[in-house]
Amino acid sequence: MSKYVLYKNTRLLDPKSGLDIKGELLTKDNLIADFGDTVKAPEKAEVIDCNGQCLCPGLIDMRVFVGIPGADYKDTIENTGEAAAAGGVTTVCVQPNTDPIIDSIAHIEYLAIRAKNALVNFVAMPAVTKQLQGKEMTEIGLMSNAGYQAFTDCSSTIDNAALMSRIFKYAAAFDAMVVQHLAEPTLSKNGCMNAGDLATRMGLPGIPTAAETLVLERDVRLLKASNCAYHASQITCSDSIEVVKNAKKSGLNITAGVATPHASLNEYAIEDYRTFTKLSPPLRSEEDRVAVIKALKDGVIDVIVSGHDPEDPESKRVPYEQAEAGVIGLETLFSVSLEMYHNGSIELLELLAKLTCNPAKIMKLPGGVLEVGTPADLCIFDLNSPHRIEPEKMVSITKNTPFDGRPVQGRVTKTVVGGVSVFEYVA
Amino acid sequence: MPLENASFPHTHLLGIEGLKEDEITQILDVADQYVKQNRRTNKKKDLLGGLTQINLFFENSTRTRMSFELAGKRLGADVINMSTSSSSIKKGETLIDTASTLNAMRPDLLVVRHGSSGAVKLLSRKVDCAVLNAGDGKHEHPTQALLDALTIRRRKKRIERLTVAICGDVLHSRVARSNIHLLNIMGARVRVIGPPTLIPSGVEKMGVEVFYNMEEGLKDCDIIMMLRLQTERMHGGYFPTVSEYFSLYGLDYEKLSHAKEDALIMHPGPMNRGVEIDAAVADDLTRSAIQEQVEMGVAVRMACLDILTRSKRGDQK
Repeated sequence: MSKYVLYKNTRLLDPKSGLDIKGELLTKDNLIADFGDTVKAPEKAEVIDCNGQCLCPGLIDMRVFVGIPGADYKDTIENTGEAAAAGGVTTVCVQPNTDPIIDSIAHIEYLAIRAKNALVNFVAMPAVTKQLQGKEMTEIGLMSNAGYQAFTDCSSTIDNAALMSRIFKYAAAFDAMVVQHLAEPTLSKNGCMNAGDLATRMGLPGIPTAAETLVLERDVRLLKASNCAYHASQITCSDSIEVVKNAKKSGLNITAGVATPHASLNEYAIEDYRTFTKLSPPLRSEEDRVAVIKALKDGVIDVIVSGHDPEDPESKRVPYEQAEAGVIGLETLFSVSLEMYHNGSIELLELLAKLTCNPAKIMKLPGGVLEVGTPADLCIFDLNSPHRIEPEKMVSITKNTPFDGRPVQGRVTKTVVGGVSVFEYVA
Repeated sequence: MPLENASFPHTHLLGIEGLKEDEITQILDVADQYVKQNRRTNKKKDLLGGLTQINLFFENSTRTRMSFELAGKRLGADVINMSTSSSSIKKGETLIDTASTLNAMRPDLLVVRHGSSGAVKLLSRKVDCAVLNAGDGKHEHPTQALLDALTIRRRKKRIERLTVAICGDVLHSRVARSNIHLLNIMGARVRVIGPPTLIPSGVEKMGVEVFYNMEEGLKDCDIIMMLRLQTERMHGGYFPTVSEYFSLYGLDYEKLSHAKEDALIMHPGPMNRGVEIDAAVADDLTRSAIQEQVEMGVAVRMACLDILTRSKRGDQK
């Protein structure tokens, strides 16, 4: 017998179609069955009154690191799922640097088995090169044919130009996409923050923005020979934004993402050597941060990610240079992103597109939209409620957030995955 | 209020950045008194009797560690040196665990040197006693800047409006950074001179003028601070050869002639003769204050130990 749920008294927001109305949405089992001003629901349907709150497609996070397998002291699949649900994220795209590394169908299947009972959808993004070594390509053809078409070496940059050129040609034949981490290794080596006067003052080795833009420019040059689908995982500076903008204009199949910290913090967040602000790529200057916001508005940057990366306290309670890079972000992705709407930088639907339909399209996933017959993955949120980010209230096992104490506006109140409620906010 | 009793608004001495002009003057004034004491036959005073000072050096050091040790002993403190080669740090203990362990032994002063910028500050948050930064990575080395300031003040009778050139490997130098802060606070004009690859980006925002040509940079300088070429921190080509470096940036009499006639030569040591400084120039007692810097080092460190324990010693009364 089918299960129906009617979400009443809600503001329906669908960034793909531009829908923004007061209305209702009906789910049948795991799919969206109907929506509109009023919906005719079967009598037996469960009715949920949303009290005028917003309802949009569940968020899709294209950059999430998990500790399973290999590092369960940092994180578990269950915990990642809970954190995602609490943040309105219904699909997490898992980076391959687990132990063992996700670089074959067997490893993809193992993750699928482990994640079967998790609260949200886990989608593997397999490695481009074996063992993330940047030397030999993985079985891109077989994995693509099995439905996994987004490949990434996550935190490693493929710096061998000859190999990259062959990967583009090979991957294009299977409609696969390469997601590149932009950090030229020799310019990034030993670096731990943005190069410039602040790094000089703090005595920390810097990473220039050129480390990012250089790889991007090279890849764009190589893409002209293959037109493989390409996604710049995180761009953080105005020079890179220019490159993506021009590449898009010239018709290349290129998209770009940014992580919430780069859109909402600058290098000064490091202040007293706070290791929770250590990221790769590093937090940039205020001018670059402002350029990132503009690029989101202009559509040069397509996607916002959390870059969720749990690090255990031992790898963060050390001097800045020795600390691991990475911050958690699933639970703050949405409320920190909403700042850009509240301060008038970007329209609500435009912003939601970066978190829902854009990543769905790039990852070729069925969700991210409000359409009849698509998965009932939903995020219900209070657009305006003000609160502070409190790490101790987060469900993530590790608490390495750079947003500790930050005042934000708006919070997820309910998350639905496949028609089932997986999170409900309790005040 | 006489300086002997004046309080100091900081718990630790982690860097020069953030200190005020009168606070620096206070340290230098107290240090002047200790210079006198150190020149007497009986150099000992029981000011810090009963207090424990631990010198914790994660990086090799001879002169700075000895200078701090002597400073503590001349003030009557119990001084213990902890070297990292024979300690549990080698066995993988974290910095914070080491800090907690030492803290449990109730020291009153911790003198810390560490190879990572910010590490001394991190440690200072985990202990209850006063922490003195004896050098952290490429960040700061505050007592070196203070002893340089004392040397300059005694020779030139002022620091204000002097033109000071800091020459050489500024990129890897915490001494340069602390001196840039201090000299700016005290109203000197600061220049940095070196090959572009050894001048850190954005350094002009710290309040310096940058010169790549040494003759131009030295013109009309009152003070020439040479820096040691830190070859151990160089992973790759920063300049072609040592002989080219010496020829362009090594201080010899010819280059020295571009500075003021009475320009004072300084060097934090240890020197690389024939690399950044010509041996004859270094040994020229009429021009070089290098030995005096070492002497001032002990006095300045005594002043810092004295001032940072004042509130504590006051409590005991």
